Amino acid sequence: MNGTKPKKVYFYGTCLVDLFFPDAGMAGIQLLRQAGVEVIFPEGQTCCGQPAFNCGYWEEARDVARTQVALFPQDLPVILPSGSCAGMMKVHYPELFHGQPDEAQVRAFSARVYELTQFLVDVLDVKLKDLGEPVKVTWHSSCHAVRDLGLKGEPQALIGQLSNVELAPLTREHECCGFGGTFSVRQPEISAAMSCDKAADAEATGASVVLSTDGGCLLNVNGTLEAKNSRLKVQHVAEFLWERTRAR
Amino acid sequence: MHAENEIHFRDSAAKALLDPQLRANFRRAMDGLITKRRNQFPDPRDLQDLRDLSTAIRSRSLLNLPALLEQFEANCTKNGIQVHWAETCEQANELILGILQAKGAKTLVKGKSMVSEEMHLNAYLESKGIEALESDLGEYIIQLDGETPSHIIMPAIHKNKDQIARQFSQKIKDAKYTEDVDELTAMARKVLRQKFLDADAGLSGVNFAVAETGTLCLVENEGNGRMSTHVPPLHIAVMGLEKVVARLEDVAPLYAILTRSATGQAVSTYFNLISGPRGDAEKDGPEEVHLVILDNGRSRIYADPQLRATLRCIRCGACMNHCPVYTRVGGHAYEAIYPGPIGKILTPQMEGVGVRHDLIHGSSLCGACGEVCPVEIPIPEILVRLRREATHEDAGSTVIGKGTGRTASEDWAWRLWAGVLKRPALYRLATWFATRFGKALPANAPLIKAWTQSRTKPVPAPRSLSERVRAEGVPHV
Repeated sequence: MNGTKPKKVYFYGTCLVDLFFPDAGMAGIQLLRQAGVEVIFPEGQTCCGQPAFNCGYWEEARDVARTQVALFPQDLPVILPSGSCAGMMKVHYPELFHGQPDEAQVRAFSARVYELTQFLVDVLDVKLKDLGEPVKVTWHSSCHAVRDLGLKGEPQALIGQLSNVELAPLTREHECCGFGGTFSVRQPEISAAMSCDKAADAEATGASVVLSTDGGCLLNVNGTLEAKNSRLKVQHVAEFLWERTRAR
Repeated sequence: MHAENEIHFRDSAAKALLDPQLRANFRRAMDGLITKRRNQFPDPRDLQDLRDLSTAIRSRSLLNLPALLEQFEANCTKNGIQVHWAETCEQANELILGILQAKGAKTLVKGKSMVSEEMHLNAYLESKGIEALESDLGEYIIQLDGETPSHIIMPAIHKNKDQIARQFSQKIKDAKYTEDVDELTAMARKVLRQKFLDADAGLSGVNFAVAETGTLCLVENEGNGRMSTHVPPLHIAVMGLEKVVARLEDVAPLYAILTRSATGQAVSTYFNLISGPRGDAEKDGPEEVHLVILDNGRSRIYADPQLRATLRCIRCGACMNHCPVYTRVGGHAYEAIYPGPIGKILTPQMEGVGVRHDLIHGSSLCGACGEVCPVEIPIPEILVRLRREATHEDAGSTVIGKGTGRTASEDWAWRLWAGVLKRPALYRLATWFATRFGKALPANAPLIKAWTQSRTKPVPAPRSLSERVRAEGVPHV
């Protein structure tokens, strides 16, 4: 891409956004368009394969991953509204396909993968204009977004561009929310303890909404807050950014 | 899935979670350790430089391990340290018993050693009529109650001051009840001081073993390590065979990162360099020094290039201090010698990936452990590898118990999962049903039941993103 901003990108929805947070997916597409980028959403998207990979079922994960890689033949960036799935495709695909006949092709694909806010900040260098009412939010940094993919505060930087938004930090921003994919149902008691602590931490900030890059964390924190009848809401960062910046 | 295998950790963790005192003790202690460590590394670049150096030293040492062990043995022998090799814990125990019996020793005073925990040395010696007394304050506290360490550095961290006060007043002869920490420490000190003087032998672990000089390095804060290795006429050291480094200069960075990562100290109160028994012109020190080098599965771990990273560990405990699971359930829930993240990768490699399938899956893979590990052991990656090993019998793998964690139900579930997700038409059908009827799924359906213990049921959106983009005409090519 040689420093010039790409004009066209692929969008990969991810299974959790597809099923539970389609508004976040649509918002991601809109944010990219608002930044002057044409978005292609290939048909046939299912899942990046992370659940099977993390559980050690690598053949099954590869079978699924192969069908997904094949959907993105052109040399264009692939944008995901998820740090965890982007981490899987960018960091773990090369591991998963190590020694496979199609390793080189997969590596070339992985090199093109970005998480949405990462792409908006690091590549497009977008400038957002806040059109929303004053609001206080808090931020949960997804473990995989930070530790696997290596996000360096891009989502917070975007939130920071919004003049009417106050970002109240969590006491334990970098602590896992307790989701962990199959961990949440294999170890429900530990997962619940972690989730409840995260929910309490978020409530103590006095924010009205918890933002994150990842559907897994959002699903988990939302379910926990709802079970406590909390007034605090969760929202995918893409949806939040789009709602506040779209021209009305 | 794996109901029969996951019984240990899930159940004991669930029990621990119900103990508010335990949870408060761990959270407070771990928060303190996290803060102290952070204060030792004000500049992230300096930390990364030291981690890189430490990782390189440990990796290089392991790469040359067989040669270094030979050199180390030769130099120890030259220094008058008698070296013994044990493949199993049983052999190590028998060796130690033999050394003690040859000297007619009846009492042993111990500095802190996780390898001796691995061997269950205390119980073994007691069964042979030899008293083994722990002299590290934390170890002494738990030994009084017949407990095992709940942390590799701070073995009694699960107890608070009040609990120890009650315990001392009941278990130590003529002790009065006090909650004053200095008084409690003085009580233990009084008992231990006499034991150091009376003991026939002392035992210690080894933090670093230096090949070029034949030196045993021992890091400690209480002076009990020095007393155990110096006062009794016989000193026996035990170490895992991975502890060796090539040169004395390798020790400095490892020591610097060990104490900072472990307890947030720039240096420990004591740092012992043990290079042999008392010389002819010397006034103190043991008459005999023996070293038992234990394998106990380490050479099998060593044989695998990826899993070998497990052996880089310098036993600082930072992974457990930063682990969101360990912090909440404490060390005993793991039912393993080594708890926390390092224990989750080490224990299954020692005991078998099938029988300790519970530990391998007891992680959310959040990566906090790998992030703080001073020697950059990729703990989450190794966990995933072991999950794979537990359910597959890969040719060439040396992992113990490979494939024995496999169940027909999990196999079937992943095959079904892949069968749907690699066929977009099937996936589309499945999401169509989920978006239309997902609400109707009963809350007690498998998996959903576990999820809804503490959360509301996840409800799919009325239309999937794929449907939305199609309806709104987002280009698909």
